[in-house]
Amino acid sequence: MFSLGLTSLLVRRNLIFVLMSLEVMLNAAGLAFVVAGSRWHQADGQVMFLFILAVAAAEVSVGLALVLQIYRRCKSLDVDELSEMRG
Amino acid sequence: MELAFYIAGAMAVMSTILMLTRLNVVHALLYLIVSLLGVAVVFYTLGAPFVAALEVIIYAGAIMVLFVFVVMMLNLGAPAAGIEKQWLTPGIWTGPVLLAAILITEVVYLVRIGASGASTGAVDPKQVGMVLFGPYLIGVEVASMLLLAGVVGAYHLGYRKVEKPEIQHDADTNERRAAAGGDLVLAGTDQPARTP
Repeated sequence: MFSLGLTSLLVRRNLIFVLMSLEVMLNAAGLAFVVAGSRWHQADGQVMFLFILAVAAAEVSVGLALVLQIYRRCKSLDVDELSEMRG
Repeated sequence: MELAFYIAGAMAVMSTILMLTRLNVVHALLYLIVSLLGVAVVFYTLGAPFVAALEVIIYAGAIMVLFVFVVMMLNLGAPAAGIEKQWLTPGIWTGPVLLAAILITEVVYLVRIGASGASTGAVDPKQVGMVLFGPYLIGVEVASMLLLAGVVGAYHLGYRKVEKPEIQHDADTNERRAAAGGDLVLAGTDQPARTP
């Protein structure tokens, strides 16, 4: 039920919104893992959630640095890119 | 217990949908935080309090702070104070505050009755730790390498901006910001002003 609303998130053109929707999708995957782990009484689901957490943290740090770079560059190069990024 | 689970799930889905439909990044961030808190409450009702705490600390704490910092860096400016005063009108923060209040009453109720996933399969943190450092030891090492790569990559991407002096766009002055009434000047509004 949750991932249904999540896969449709990527329609936004704003780069920050794209990153946020990536966050939500990773979160939904982790939620599915934890639910499955608690359904079958296994701890593996929570371990997988920890890995997803690490992946999300690394991805967000690199992605936000990239967003800063793109913003800085597009402000000096292309105005249409900037208007697109404002969303 | 079941009811709390469904309420928290509905909160998470609803705030995610509301996050999607916001036009402003900061409002969307507020709803995203509420969504993450809702997912944390779902974890708690599922009998995974350790993961719920991690969710609140890392997602709603650290990652959201990163987002907020980047949003702040993207629109710096002197008239930001006026914009901020305009943003603090009650219509904006009542939505997230309402959803968060529902979530926190639910958490207080759950803690009061002392239920933590007794109906479903509860997995305690000790079990998680045993599995994590048992069969998944390689995975832990790989995750640490990934985090190291993330740190180095973010540092590299953030460092290169310091070397080059920024080119001052003529739409990026405080006068233009004040004229446009916002932090970011709408692209294209300065076209007649520029003489290429």
